[in-house]
Amino acid sequence: MSTQFAAKRLSKELSKISSSLPPGIELVSADNFEEWLLDIRVLDNNPLYQNQTYRLKFRFGSSYPIEPPEVVFVKLPDRPIPMHPHIYSNGIICLDLLGQQGWSPVQNVESVCMSLQSMLTGNSKNERPPGDEEFVRGNRLRPKDIEFYYHDNDV
Amino acid sequence: MDSDDDFISNMSSEEDMLPDDSDNDMSNYEDYGFDDEPDAYSDSQKETGHGKKVAYDFSFKVYQPSDIQKQQDDLINEVNMILDISKEEAAILLRYFRWNKERLIEDYMDRPGQVLDAAGLSQSAAGPPKIQVIPGFVCDICCEDEPGLESFALKCGHRYCVDCYRHYLSQKIREEGEAARIQCPSEGCTLIIDARSLDLLVPQDLTDRYHELLHRTYVEDKETLKWCPAPDCQNAVECAVKKKDLDRVVPTVSCLCGHRFCFGCILNDHQPAPCELVKKWLKKCADDSETANWISANTKECPKCNSTIEKNGGCNHMTCRKCKHEFCWMCMGLWSEHGTSWYNCNRYEEKSGMEARDAQARSRVSLERYLHYYNRYANHEQSARLDKDIFHKTEKKMVQLQKESGMSWIEVQYLNSASQALQTCRQTLMWTYAFAFYLARNNLTEIFEDNQKDLEMAVEALSEMFERPITELADPKLKVEIMDKTTYCNKRRVILLEDTAQNLAEGKWTFNVEFSGSAANGGPSTRR
Ligand SMILES: [Zn+2]
Ligand SMILES: [Zn+2]
Ligand SMILES: [Zn+2]
Ligand SMILES: [Zn+2]
Ligand SMILES: [Zn+2]
Ligand SMILES: [Zn+2]
Repeated sequence: MSTQFAAKRLSKELSKISSSLPPGIELVSADNFEEWLLDIRVLDNNPLYQNQTYRLKFRFGSSYPIEPPEVVFVKLPDRPIPMHPHIYSNGIICLDLLGQQGWSPVQNVESVCMSLQSMLTGNSKNERPPGDEEFVRGNRLRPKDIEFYYHDNDV
Repeated sequence: MDSDDDFISNMSSEEDMLPDDSDNDMSNYEDYGFDDEPDAYSDSQKETGHGKKVAYDFSFKVYQPSDIQKQQDDLINEVNMILDISKEEAAILLRYFRWNKERLIEDYMDRPGQVLDAAGLSQSAAGPPKIQVIPGFVCDICCEDEPGLESFALKCGHRYCVDCYRHYLSQKIREEGEAARIQCPSEGCTLIIDARSLDLLVPQDLTDRYHELLHRTYVEDKETLKWCPAPDCQNAVECAVKKKDLDRVVPTVSCLCGHRFCFGCILNDHQPAPCELVKKWLKKCADDSETANWISANTKECPKCNSTIEKNGGCNHMTCRKCKHEFCWMCMGLWSEHGTSWYNCNRYEEKSGMEARDAQARSRVSLERYLHYYNRYANHEQSARLDKDIFHKTEKKMVQLQKESGMSWIEVQYLNSASQALQTCRQTLMWTYAFAFYLARNNLTEIFEDNQKDLEMAVEALSEMFERPITELADPKLKVEIMDKTTYCNKRRVILLEDTAQNLAEGKWTFNVEFSGSAANGGPSTRR
């Protein structure tokens, strides 16, 4: 029943985003209801992200959208990991709306992409989160099993 | 061991020295928090001379489920009378105010409307919450829009279909353990789903869990109360030791179920090491586990004939089955030399004279130093586990022993006491090594190491006696020896803990790491 629940919602989302997505967001692949890939770009002239495209990987559990999806940036030859004090260099994102506390089932793939877009747009710091190197070296957990202390909530 | 004998005869059992909680009434705990009593530590110091109160003593009280229920009921009744609202409403308000009765009453007196509103109790014109069918409704969660779709909304008007609401509540209740403060599913809406709406919406199969969680908020919302972490134990412990006190005291409490745990961090008893050092140590052990892995845990080779020997008991005195070579498991040295040179096995000499020529040499020294302490820590941890196994086996033999020697069940209980002493003492010894790892040398460390050595020797001796074959155990002389050694071990443990706790309370230890007592830091952490 639960799997059906997620699939039903995802198929509705898919039919909507296949026909239209906000500027700077593109659907790359959605072959099943487990994993989707999307590309995002920052639209203004923020020098940190100019002329770059970033790849996002969404993974959905059977309780989506009651539970948040797992969202990470993926590194490819032409898709770097954006520089941001809340994005680790392995692509893991420290953002409260993707955590169980901050997530609302009203959110969707499109709204998450838009939040990440604006999180980049509003950033001027050319830096990684504190402890990035150590975290990236040591972490073997899935993003959903990591407990983040959100550094601030104005993102 | 002649010199020890006079000593033993003057010993009282550990029980006499353990914190006696029976005469402490915790109902007025606010009156004797450490805030109000800056001299609590020096007071206890004065009293230790007469053995009345030990330095690591602090008050705690164990509550059983019926006590916890009664406390809640009392508070509910009180609020019910003072504020002239129903008991059901009083319970909801108390949960909303995290069982802070004073704040609830104060706020309610000031602005009752707002308080009722915030807790979802306001008397709206619309009457009690209800499930509705609204024409043209589309659910924002599942995107369903079929006619006749049942939906629900709180006062905020964020309306979702009943199916989605139930999914959402199941997730919160089953997976996240929330009950009293679940928010509206809408993004950014902080309205709390009130108890009446929950009664209407919580799926049937979750009502028990839901009510249990509501019940649990009483303990979870109070800083002075914690659940006993033992599986299947339903008791809670009350203790006034606060987070900021944890650099001065290691608050081990013992539940009625027998489980001993640290009130500060809920881990198993880790005296004498303070919580913060325990956290650091466990993290270090986890980080260095690859390095530490090569320290073979359970098997070693006989230093004489190289045959593989498996450690099968808690004692460090190993005898090779093949060549009868006797050696020490910890240092692999000759056992015969241990009577006089036990030091080599207990103490790591800081290599002060050694010139660390380069960074590599230094890191090798620090690794060696770590492994020295880690080996001994791991050894006691493992032995404590093996001693436990042995006791289970011995339990059967105790029955045999009764038959063979004619001793009664009561008369063979000394083995039970010995087994318990072994485990408690090993638990303490294990943490003395983690503690010692972070200790910078000063004039106090020598006393500490002497105490550690004394306890360690006594424990190894007891462990060895404990493992003798059943035929030897029938000897009444050995029984007396075991009983004496048990008492002695317990006594040595108390002496060690008291000395360590005293110095901790007075801030006399120097550590080779930053030690603040509070460990708040940003960034990601991993779940246990
Ligand atoms: Zn729905
Ligand atoms: Zn709402
Ligand atoms: Zn218990
Ligand atoms: Zn602790
Ligand atoms: Zn041998
Ligand atoms: Zn040795």
